[in-house]
Amino acid sequence: MSDVKVIDEIPTYQVTLFVRRFNQEDGLEARWEDFDVTVHGTDRVLDALHKIKWEQDGSLTFRRSCAHGVCGSDAMRINGRNRLACKTLIKDLDMTKPIYVEPIKGLTVEKDLVVDMNPFYEAYRAVKPFLIASDKPEKERIQSPEDRERFEDTTKCILCAACTSSCPVFWTDGQYFGPAAIVNAHRFIFDSRDEGAEVRLDILNDKEGVWRCRTTFNCTEACPRGIEVTKAIAEVKQAILRGKP
Amino acid sequence: MVVIETPRSPRSRKAAKFERWGWLYMRISGMFLLVLIFGHLIINLVMNGGITQISFAFVAGKWADPFWKIWDGLMLWLALIHGTNGMRTIVNDYTERETLRKVLNYTLWVVCVSLIVLGTLVITTFDPCVDSSVSHTLSVCK
Ligand code: HEM
Ligand code: SF4
Ligand code: FES
Repeated sequence: MSDVKVIDEIPTYQVTLFVRRFNQEDGLEARWEDFDVTVHGTDRVLDALHKIKWEQDGSLTFRRSCAHGVCGSDAMRINGRNRLACKTLIKDLDMTKPIYVEPIKGLTVEKDLVVDMNPFYEAYRAVKPFLIASDKPEKERIQSPEDRERFEDTTKCILCAACTSSCPVFWTDGQYFGPAAIVNAHRFIFDSRDEGAEVRLDILNDKEGVWRCRTTFNCTEACPRGIEVTKAIAEVKQAILRGKP
Repeated sequence: MVVIETPRSPRSRKAAKFERWGWLYMRISGMFLLVLIFGHLIINLVMNGGITQISFAFVAGKWADPFWKIWDGLMLWLALIHGTNGMRTIVNDYTERETLRKVLNYTLWVVCVSLIVLGTLVITTFDPCVDSSVSHTLSVCK
């Protein structure tokens, strides 16, 4: 026998996925449909969904674009937790049991895993997520590394809606601005170059603003970018109480 | 020059700027209630023989002291407003129709105010000697 080290082959597994199906046109209620898929140890839930769509049922509908955790298209509820399908390795889930995949909650389902994101984007737009500045510098706007660090965490948002659609307050009536809008307001409120903090604090000091947050931490748990969402919301609450960032 | 379309104006829902005071109140009253409620429970139910000590005389004895009148009065006001405001939050979460929401919230505050008025009346006007059938045993009434 030679003692040449053979790199292990990538293991393959048989898994069952239960996918929540809904199609307005077939007149049926939303239902679970199961698919058996052969997956590799390197496969993610997104790969399994691709295999279903390409090899078993072309009508399965879901959003994805970058497939690498950057675009924020494929947030879905995987085994009851909001995750990006493209960042969830199947081998990290309990493969002895079926894997449940359903659309994120609190937004209207359009088809299968696709939801209407417009209410989510409207809340985002309402907090004015762009630089508000009165001056027009010749070159760039100078900012110290310390001032940049102040809002570093909230610059990482990819608007996937995993946080907002994991929030039980958002589930109730969908009127709450939601964690993602507050995260993106935070990104400008604490930016030393921005002059619109008061306006945004006033917008979030609303009946449906930050005060509806009950510190459940679902959002922090859900965020695929590891943003400390609940902390950002708490900082905005503090800023409103102080009257300034 | 590229002109970016002005984003739409903020949502037109009625802005209620007192929500921040409600939020602050829950935390400040919560801090007081922590001391008041657990102090109340320990003194009434644990110390000096626990629940067996509780009788009309025990209550009369406590309320002879202004300290306990203020303690109980604070507990009454803070807890009722805290609990009612908390219930208001839950009603706002669960109701879908505006009329039902209004009815439930008005009912909550009417109950809250009634209980505060009655409770305050009891604490401030308490007289251990009014009912002779029980008070004749109390030394203060002799
Ligand atoms: C032991 C001392 C207490 C502390 C420290 C405390 C603290 C709090 C805090 C901080 C909240 C706000 C939670 C949030 O907005 O996320 C809250 C909510 C609430 N509290 Fe208290 N509380 C106390 C006692 C009470 C009592 C005696 C009552 C009942 C009369 C009560 C009823 C409620 C209700 C109904 C809510 C709303 C729950 C919700 O928002 O889902 N609490 N409490
Ligand atoms: S804060 Fe995180 S979970 Fe929420 S939208 Fe942004 S990236 Fe997604
Ligand atoms: S497909 Fe772009 S984030 Fe998952």
